[in-house]
Amino acid sequence: MSSEVFDRIKDLIVTKKGVDAEKVNIDSSFEELGLDSLDAVELVADMEEIFNVNIPNTDLQNFKTIRQAVEGLQKAISL
Amino acid sequence: MPDRRVVVTGTGVITAIGHNTDQFWNNIINGQSGIGPYEAVDSTLVRFQNGAEVKGYDPTAYFDQKELDLMDRFAQFALIAAKEAVKQSGMDCAIDNGTKTAVICGTSIGGVVSQEKTYTDLYRDNKTRVHPLSIPRTMPNSAASNISMHFGITGPVYTISTACASSNHAIGNAFWLIRSGICDRALAGGSETPFTYTFLKSWEAIRVVAHDTCRPFSKNRQGMILGEGGGMLAMETLESAQARGATILAEIVGFGMSSDASHITKPDQVGAERAIRLALEDGKVPPGEVDYINAHGTGTQVNDSMEIGAIKNVFGAHAQQVSVSSTKSMHGHILGGTSAVEAVATVMATLNNILPPTANYQEPDPECDLDIVPNVSRSKKIRYALSNSFAFGGLNAVLAFKKWEGS
Repeated sequence: MSSEVFDRIKDLIVTKKGVDAEKVNIDSSFEELGLDSLDAVELVADMEEIFNVNIPNTDLQNFKTIRQAVEGLQKAISL
Repeated sequence: MPDRRVVVTGTGVITAIGHNTDQFWNNIINGQSGIGPYEAVDSTLVRFQNGAEVKGYDPTAYFDQKELDLMDRFAQFALIAAKEAVKQSGMDCAIDNGTKTAVICGTSIGGVVSQEKTYTDLYRDNKTRVHPLSIPRTMPNSAASNISMHFGITGPVYTISTACASSNHAIGNAFWLIRSGICDRALAGGSETPFTYTFLKSWEAIRVVAHDTCRPFSKNRQGMILGEGGGMLAMETLESAQARGATILAEIVGFGMSSDASHITKPDQVGAERAIRLALEDGKVPPGEVDYINAHGTGTQVNDSMEIGAIKNVFGAHAQQVSVSSTKSMHGHILGGTSAVEAVATVMATLNNILPPTANYQEPDPECDLDIVPNVSRSKKIRYALSNSFAFGGLNAVLAFKKWEGS
């Protein structure tokens, strides 16, 4: 598990979405953080920009937890 | 004054599956999809490569240079569809000096092809001036205004922008204007031309466009496919149509609209159901006599299951008898123009007693388990038909049509 990818997405969730930092864990779901599908689209777009990768729609639609997003991004980064 | 009855006496379309109603309907009954690689934009710069473009379109075959100078592609499509509808109808739009005729056009984004040109002239090519007619080409009301000027229509002329429900709102408003006696006839519909680089990139970013094709109600559906085109109905009072011996194609009997007031992109089934119920109530339509619904059916996971759920809740046991298809699988999602094109498909379905198919269908989805007319059109007696639109922004509009049976 890349702590860098997790740290960056956590930072975005805290700074751009106003979620309390202590609530954001690797196994948090977007829903329990009060984030909907559009929030997920925005966060992944920012992460794509940061790491210069493309996440396919079909992968993004399956991101229900932070872990799934981090793993999806990690897979794209390592390609 | 008692409510007057409103009938459709002409249709016009220009889409990826036909430049007129005959071609369009012929492709629909053959399940022929117009979705394929788009050419207006360099598709290597976009993550999705397919769309439903109007191919083989030569503007000079329809307009002289002076007219073309004034009109963006979206306005051209609206006027082409309006001319076809008026020609078929035979109606005189300029009767009473045109004061009792309305034009209501739907568009989500207006003249973006012209707007894109001004951007590239300024930001990319570092030009210091843009085309002098950039404003009249870009303004979203230019389609309605050009139709008004062409036919000498001087009554209510306006544009409705409610994203993907725009044209249903336009047709519904026109229906009410005629029914209430404010107008005697109307041209109503809409058009859209979304194939610009900035607009395709914007759709790419919001993650709802399929990378393969549009497969409404199929379990493996990936999303929508953008389309371009226009559609228009020529509508008038039953009295006027009968007095001049016009051929009546269908009757418009009901219109319902609602707003979800919940989420900007995620549809709310409660709002969709309410619009359907209101259209049925407005038209005094017996729910058990609705035989066909032209679905909003975008091909996104969220819309299609929500829409089937709404239909089941409204119709109860009768839902199993209602055939529900999405013609977007063939002409694409034409955004502000899409429900006009779908209204034409619905009128033709009731006229011919043929169910348009849902093309590109592959896998049954337990959440979409109604008769969605997979891939192949078929005959069915249609008494009443609905056409649904549920737009981004949570704005819903539903039209109810009745088969014209001669009285």
